[in-house]
Amino acid sequence: MEPLFAVTIGILVSVAVYLMLSNHLLRFIFGLVLISNAANLTMFVAGRLTVGAPPLIKEGMDAPLPQVANALPQALVLTAIVIGFGLFAFAIVLVVRACTTLGTLRPDDMRVAEPKGPQQ
Amino acid sequence: MSWLLALPVLIPFLTAVATFLARHSALGRWLSVSGSAALLVAASVLMNAVLREGVIAGQMGGWAAPFGITLVADLLSAIMTLVTAIIALAVSVYALADIRQGMEQLGYHALFNLLIAGVVGAFVAGDLFNLYVWFEVMLIASFGLLVLGGRPSQIDGGIKYVALNVVSTILFLTGIGLLYGMTGTLNMADLAGATERMDQQLLTVMALLFMIAFGIKAAVFPLFFWLPASYHTPAFAVSAVFAGLLTKVGVYALIRLFTLIFDHDVAFTHTILLWVAALTMVVGVFGAAAQSDIRRILSFHIISQIGYMVLGLALLSPLAMVGTVFYLVHHILVKANLFLIAGVADRTSGGTELARIGGLYKSAPLLALLFVIPAFSLAGFPPLSGFWAKFLLVKAALNLEAWLIAGIALGVGLLTIYSMTKIWSQAFWQPHPAGTAPKLEALAPGHRAALLIPIAVLATLTLLLGVMPEPFVQIASRTAAQLLDPTDYINRVLGVQP
Repeated sequence: MEPLFAVTIGILVSVAVYLMLSNHLLRFIFGLVLISNAANLTMFVAGRLTVGAPPLIKEGMDAPLPQVANALPQALVLTAIVIGFGLFAFAIVLVVRACTTLGTLRPDDMRVAEPKGPQQ
Repeated sequence: MSWLLALPVLIPFLTAVATFLARHSALGRWLSVSGSAALLVAASVLMNAVLREGVIAGQMGGWAAPFGITLVADLLSAIMTLVTAIIALAVSVYALADIRQGMEQLGYHALFNLLIAGVVGAFVAGDLFNLYVWFEVMLIASFGLLVLGGRPSQIDGGIKYVALNVVSTILFLTGIGLLYGMTGTLNMADLAGATERMDQQLLTVMALLFMIAFGIKAAVFPLFFWLPASYHTPAFAVSAVFAGLLTKVGVYALIRLFTLIFDHDVAFTHTILLWVAALTMVVGVFGAAAQSDIRRILSFHIISQIGYMVLGLALLSPLAMVGTVFYLVHHILVKANLFLIAGVADRTSGGTELARIGGLYKSAPLLALLFVIPAFSLAGFPPLSGFWAKFLLVKAALNLEAWLIAGIALGVGLLTIYSMTKIWSQAFWQPHPAGTAPKLEALAPGHRAALLIPIAVLATLTLLLGVMPEPFVQIASRTAAQLLDPTDYINRVLGVQP
């Protein structure tokens, strides 16, 4: 199971890096979404994978069965997903705003804050 | 005890909620000021308690460490919380005059207090995941503050700021995941022990992952490009609080992790930090020399000063850590103040672009005096606070016979004087290019007080640090001792009886 996840994470990261380096903000955001999912998966796998063993205690028992999923990474990943959702919602709105006020989505053309050459 | 630790986080959080509800009335700004004042009281009480009793740890929700949510304050956390509270109060008073009503209605005060909550939360967080969460609180609030107002330059700077900081966040998160996978814990005190049982080479890889993540936040070479792209664009009150606090949270995280957890292979990790520090100092100061706008000059100087703080951490001797702690406090007070002064120069003189302003010395001598104190403190003139900060670090480098690094630190100090005198001569000394005389009296009396009182108070604190550094150096050496020997920190968090 883990090797499959490792390969998936690797593919996600490589696609994300490719997108993030392509001098276009929308692609950059997509890359960011992918790489953040790769990070979440990394954390999930790092907490060890178990198949078909929910992190629950059976009714009438006061301890989980020996084979049980680790609930902590699930909680961490859930938190990270929520935070990531907020960040990306903001980032996408910012990109839309950049498109309307700056008239470009190419980072290389965005020189309003740092104009080339001496300022007038 | 837990309340003592939770209050400095809760107060700004509740203030944020209250100011959001009151954002359409004038009440909001006063709520913000009183919230910051309450934070200052809470932070002072915490500082006092930590000075008396040593490290204070509290477990939220009653779960024992390392399973529960730990809040912990050692001297470094307490000092940083106190300085944050001072800056928060100064900036919220300044904001009474600086922030337009339109920005208030968009929720400026709520975002500002949320930012402070995030900063303080990061200082008292006892485990890595909470540190991550507080970083995010801080980050999302700073995103909002940075683009509030929506001028094209703000959007432009905002894009670069958001992009690089989110990348840093993702690296941080990956590091947390992998470290958890290797050790099974995220409590920092617990990690300090757990890492000893791990594959040390793999641990070094982890250390570098965290170094890059926090290096982006702290704006060290070569990861600083988001900072000079964005810090000169937002409102002056916003850029002052950013300049004072945000990168320092990154430095704090570096100090915490590289004294507590990643101290297994100092020869490798801290040598990298040493060269990073040297390059950060040099590149920052040369970047500043090439700029011609007050805020852009100051932004590059933040980078060069970050180099000094990382330098102390890299040398890792007791004296060097004293220097780093002293530098942190000195830098936060001075840097925030200089951005506040740039705001007044902008109001009275009509800009921050050096070619377009001037004559402030003749027509506003009070402002000139208030500028001289932090500016020459930044450059390291005796007897101001920057002199002692630099003196401690250079002395530490000389003691370790790191001649080259000591030379670089001294040279960068000289070049800092060049930038500060450039601002002085063009904005203050030379006559205004339009022939006008910018006067402080042109400001409305209420605004004048709100703008100048925080500047005067911060300048007084800078003077105080400089004229009688002895008690502060004492506290800094106790802090350094705690950082270099974290046994007490670990025992208090894990509840081990000594």
